[in-house]
Amino acid sequence: MSTQTRLVQVRQNVLKQNDVTARALRERFHAASVYVVSLVSSPGAGKTSFLEKTLTLLNGQCRVAALVGDLATDNDARRLARSGAPVRQITTGAVCHLEAQMVENAVADWKLDTLDFLFVENVGNLVCPAGYDLGEDLRLVLMSVTEGEDKPLKYPTIFNTADVAVLTKIDLAAATEFDRAAAYRNIQAVRPGMDILEVSGKNGVGMEAWLGFLRSRRGEAM
Amino acid sequence: MHELSIALNMIDVVTEEAAKHGGSCVKAIHLKLGPLSGVVKEALVGAFELARADSPLAATELVIEEMPILIRCPRCQGPRAIVSLYELACIECGTASAEVTQGRELEVTALEIE
Repeated sequence: MSTQTRLVQVRQNVLKQNDVTARALRERFHAASVYVVSLVSSPGAGKTSFLEKTLTLLNGQCRVAALVGDLATDNDARRLARSGAPVRQITTGAVCHLEAQMVENAVADWKLDTLDFLFVENVGNLVCPAGYDLGEDLRLVLMSVTEGEDKPLKYPTIFNTADVAVLTKIDLAAATEFDRAAAYRNIQAVRPGMDILEVSGKNGVGMEAWLGFLRSRRGEAM
Repeated sequence: MHELSIALNMIDVVTEEAAKHGGSCVKAIHLKLGPLSGVVKEALVGAFELARADSPLAATELVIEEMPILIRCPRCQGPRAIVSLYELACIECGTASAEVTQGRELEVTALEIE
């Protein structure tokens, strides 16, 4: 008995389940008027420090909260909680990136309409988070001046999927002989037109400009 | 290294679609893969080998079509190849563009089933 092989057209995104969850999350966030910002970077680029500063400056002026993803420990969540903002840790175990479902689980019992901003700090990784939509409005990729100007060329995909590049630890630029022009050139080469901000979580340089940028983006979106 | 979870997702999608189309045996999976998907072909092939062991897809062929990046060139007004992954600019005229029209694919396009 012979069986016939048929070719059937499917056209399904492999990450469709994540995309479906992310779309539902985005609708929920918009309905609640909460602007969602995600942060990706390599480990040690200064995401937590930047976020701590951001939460501290915003808290009191508007309603903010954060989710923070890590493979293990809740050290970052405890650090961020010092800002006074509600913070929840997502411990991913062996998973090297956040997925929309993890975000959905983490905010399940939160009253989103009591928030203006929600920040989602991804696991420190410049490769794996690229393809996973988390329902965010804005994706930041952070790169510290100590990492070298060619980071965008080494990880073009994550820069390509992000909306804004944030150069962190800018207070160390002179000490590390950071070549600003080369860094800008490399970012623009892999992601033409990308907005670039420079900040220092340590001395606060650039933070007001960042908050102004954030407010104007929220104003446009809401 | 997230290709293993991608491979498991792919198996779920394929199993669901095969059932929908009434196929009992999947002979081949056709997948479109772009460099901006964040997935490395070799890693995905290796992860698929691991993920499908003891599954109904144990003998299924994975046919990957690699999709080169194309951008919409604002000057040439059409989809154009790029200079390189490290320079998103039109290969014809050199104009930079972030408008990617192809190259993010991670998509099961077709199944050969019987």
